[in-house]
Amino acid sequence: MYVVVAGGGEVGFHLAKALTEAGHEVMVIESDRRRAQWIEEQLGSVVLNGPADEGRFQLEAGCARADAVLAVTGDDAKNLVICQLARHNCGPHGRVIARVNDPKNEIVFKTLGIDETVSSTRVLMNVIEQELPTGGFMPLMPLTGSHLELIEAEIAAGTPSAGKRVRELALPAGATIGGIVRGGKVVAAADATLEVGDRIIVFSPTAAEQEVRRALYG
Amino acid sequence: MNVLIVGSGRVGATLAGMLDDEGHAVTVVDVDRASFAHLPATFKGTTHLGNGVDLDVLRTVGAERADAVLAFTQGDNRNLMAAQIAKEIFGVKKVFAKVNDPIRAQIYRAKGIVTVSRTTVLAVLVHGMLMGQTEVGEILLQRANALEREMAHAEATETVAG
Repeated sequence: MYVVVAGGGEVGFHLAKALTEAGHEVMVIESDRRRAQWIEEQLGSVVLNGPADEGRFQLEAGCARADAVLAVTGDDAKNLVICQLARHNCGPHGRVIARVNDPKNEIVFKTLGIDETVSSTRVLMNVIEQELPTGGFMPLMPLTGSHLELIEAEIAAGTPSAGKRVRELALPAGATIGGIVRGGKVVAAADATLEVGDRIIVFSPTAAEQEVRRALYG
Repeated sequence: MNVLIVGSGRVGATLAGMLDDEGHAVTVVDVDRASFAHLPATFKGTTHLGNGVDLDVLRTVGAERADAVLAFTQGDNRNLMAAQIAKEIFGVKKVFAKVNDPIRAQIYRAKGIVTVSRTTVLAVLVHGMLMGQTEVGEILLQRANALEREMAHAEATETVAG
């Protein structure tokens, strides 16, 4: 794959390094001359020194033939514009993925046409919440090309929805339980009753995540 | 009109002063409290300390009730993000952004954001003045010069009064 990494900070540098080591072709766009030079010393001639939020540098970096453009600066506004310009400059075939620093910007980016986002804050939150007693609620991934996401939720002892029939749950509009994992097997959700130990897979509008949580955990 | 201005630098604050003078309801948002010093002493509108590209901040200052949102921070990207949030999430009808990079200004204009680039506006204006094409900036310069006289007068009056 050919990947353009916009922003050569800590995230961008290690991403470029890992991608290179995995055999992918990489180009990093970094605006700071000294940082760009340093990355070049570490990784070879895979750096373009210039602002990633200007179209001509994106084109010079080969966005037009890139399989993916990753905007990973520490500035959400800059990442948004990098992605929107990449969409404009680079045709529809390449993937455009943004790092978002403020988790609520995931929704903002989606509304503004950038579907694929990664929030390190949210990833870390999910890890922590998994460890908490009521925290078997885990947004797994956004579904590309929609405003939907996939959520995994564990029905632990004491969970208010344990013992309830799936159709009795007050799920928000647009949310559906896709299946229940029980004893290592998948059980159809439609007529099922939730049992302690179930792990359920929910398709939910991204914006309704908290309502799904309330429907299951009270 | 109910106008929200993001960024209280020289341009944002001057605009805020003009609109406030004309009786519009103006709210100015900036991350830096010191930047509100650019507002005229007579400013009667609201100032709010906060980040104008933050969804919650924009909601708090009533972006959804604004008739116009003017994004005039020093950063092109922040202006474009604030303007797009105002337009696409809060449904604001009139959305302006200062975008000094002419290429970005043109691309986002096509997306329905009114973009103004200092780079091209000043270049065209000065070129017209140099070449004696007075029609290029006649009204613009008349109004700008009148505004400058008013601002100088206000400052002098304030200094005497203070």
